[in-house]
Amino acid sequence: MLEIKNLHVKLEEEDKVILKGVDLTVEAGKVHAIMGPNGSGKSTLSYVLSGRDGYEVTDGSATLEGEELLDMDPEERAAAGLFLAFQYPVEIPGVGNMTFLRTAVNAQRKARGEEELSAGDFLKLVRQKAKTLKIDADMLKRPVNVGFSGGEKKRNEILQMAMLEPRMCILDETDSGLDVDAMRLVAEGVNALRDENRSFLVITHYQRLLDHIKPDVVHIMADGRIIKTGGPELALEVENNGYAAILAEHGIEGVL
Amino acid sequence: MTAVEKQTPLEARLAAIDLPKGGAFAAMRADALARLVAMGLPGRRDEYWRYTDPAALNAPLAPAAKPFEASDETPLFDGMDRVKLVFVDGVFDAEASDSLELAGVEIARLAEAETADIHWAQGLYGMLETAGQSPVVRPFAALNSAAASDGLLIRVTGKAAKPVSLIYVHRSETSDPILHHVIKLEPGAEFTLLENGPAGARFNKVMEVDVGAGARFHHIRAQGRDHERRAVTGIFARVAEGALFKSFTMTVNGVLTRNECVIDMVGDDAVAHVAGAALGDGASGAFHHDDTVFITHGAERGESRQVFKKVLKHGAVGTFQGKILVKPGAQKTDGYQISQSLLLDDDSQFLGKPELEIYADDVKCSHGSTTGALDETAMFYLRSRGVPHEEATALLVLSFLADAIDEIEDEALKDEIVARLEGWLARHRG
Repeated sequence: MLEIKNLHVKLEEEDKVILKGVDLTVEAGKVHAIMGPNGSGKSTLSYVLSGRDGYEVTDGSATLEGEELLDMDPEERAAAGLFLAFQYPVEIPGVGNMTFLRTAVNAQRKARGEEELSAGDFLKLVRQKAKTLKIDADMLKRPVNVGFSGGEKKRNEILQMAMLEPRMCILDETDSGLDVDAMRLVAEGVNALRDENRSFLVITHYQRLLDHIKPDVVHIMADGRIIKTGGPELALEVENNGYAAILAEHGIEGVL
Repeated sequence: MTAVEKQTPLEARLAAIDLPKGGAFAAMRADALARLVAMGLPGRRDEYWRYTDPAALNAPLAPAAKPFEASDETPLFDGMDRVKLVFVDGVFDAEASDSLELAGVEIARLAEAETADIHWAQGLYGMLETAGQSPVVRPFAALNSAAASDGLLIRVTGKAAKPVSLIYVHRSETSDPILHHVIKLEPGAEFTLLENGPAGARFNKVMEVDVGAGARFHHIRAQGRDHERRAVTGIFARVAEGALFKSFTMTVNGVLTRNECVIDMVGDDAVAHVAGAALGDGASGAFHHDDTVFITHGAERGESRQVFKKVLKHGAVGTFQGKILVKPGAQKTDGYQISQSLLLDDDSQFLGKPELEIYADDVKCSHGSTTGALDETAMFYLRSRGVPHEEATALLVLSFLADAIDEIEDEALKDEIVARLEGWLARHRG
């Protein structure tokens, strides 16, 4: 599904290298988690994959089912099936959540040469998906993320994911700012979307999200590289011992 | 040989106008002319004309402007239940207009009322305009009171059954209409006025609005899509105790537009909101839009809001001069002013001059003025959802304009305006 090879990235404006050769393959239907201390490059990886400005790829590649992502505009990556759930979902005053969702769904359908959803079909679909995420009619009517609580914003991200039906979902710190109940709700939303043709890359600091979204593979990222890969037990190891021991094994210091 | 005396610019300007004489409003017109002669025409050196060159407005003849046929849109407010009154190049078109009858509202044409000796608007015509000439002179408004060829005199005594909709058609390349409306809302009355259309090659319009105690006045205006037209307009309002005045203006296109709004809040607990959304694309021809607002709080617990937004690209220029004056004793005033521009490229320009002058000690007044580009984070957010750049730009522009659009209370009218803004955005991509 997603194949990242030797990815090197620096900031466009300064000489700061952030990713120093990331190699990662996510197979179809699998959930991979990336854990790591602050500043390890986790969020940068998600932004570079989804096409945010401000980064310069100096080497390497990232392909989605064989197609080079790094050559595409962000909207092309989305139409190709990539989705990033933001750590800090953006507020857009004056644009109704429903308008935003319909614009996004139809833009992607158009880009893929599919017919746009009629207003009626769209409404039916969005109501059904919103219900399972406990998103009420009021939240759909309000401007995008404006006045939403932390939990509502994250649920809204998952609603977008459910509506857009991407093949490759990246969740950037989706658990940040959530209480236990909100996290469970979000995790249930994600789990409902798991299937054999859809893959997930779950970026998180803490193991707790992985109690709810069970990963197949866990990677530890530090200093711009994947330094260790294992099964779900690796997340537990981090939970119990912290990152220090793993970092020390790889001779990385001072990033904590 | 006798020496020919050289005309002053004002003399030349007046010589080109057929000044109305006699009738019920003769005294007010004569007064306006005398005031105009005393103040003269404005120049770039005048403080309130520094950002906007009045040359084309001072010229004796209107610079030619091609009428524009907006064949890609249905006429604005088309499906709405309203009294339609049409002026073509400033001339009232009775054929195209509805009857002037409306329950709770008396409507008369200025040109007709003037032939009588006596009329209810006699004491009001030019009065609010005169009051609005201090402390800043507004020569084009004085010119208007002296020279207006027609207009409407509207007295609202109750709750108007439907809005009155003024439609200004532009057909002649050289038309230079001057219209003057007087609107009086008796205490407790309610009235909505709609205006749309470019009116002429060069349009000078004054609207005096006297909002009686507890009355409610709503005004929605769209200034017409003609690229080459010029306009200078003035709203002069007096808002009495517990009354509400709300005005929203959408401007797209136009070589030059100067919209002045002077509001005097004379009664306690009065509310006045004035808002504008202007979109200019210099690629369709020069675009210069100027909002000049002056709100005076002269009573207690008044609430005023000025919300002006401009979206500019390809060399378009926007200016805002807005003032809140709080007089001594106008305690508990709540004055708010925001003026923002969104520059879609590096060629466009916004010039702003917000002013506060406060002589009462227990008031809440704030103002803000910003100029910026599209928010990159929001742009990335939308694009990451698959919304292409151009479409995302349109959504973010509407988002930027939202605070101004939200000043329109009526949902159907708001939808009409939003649809026009969306239309403009679709036509002006890239």
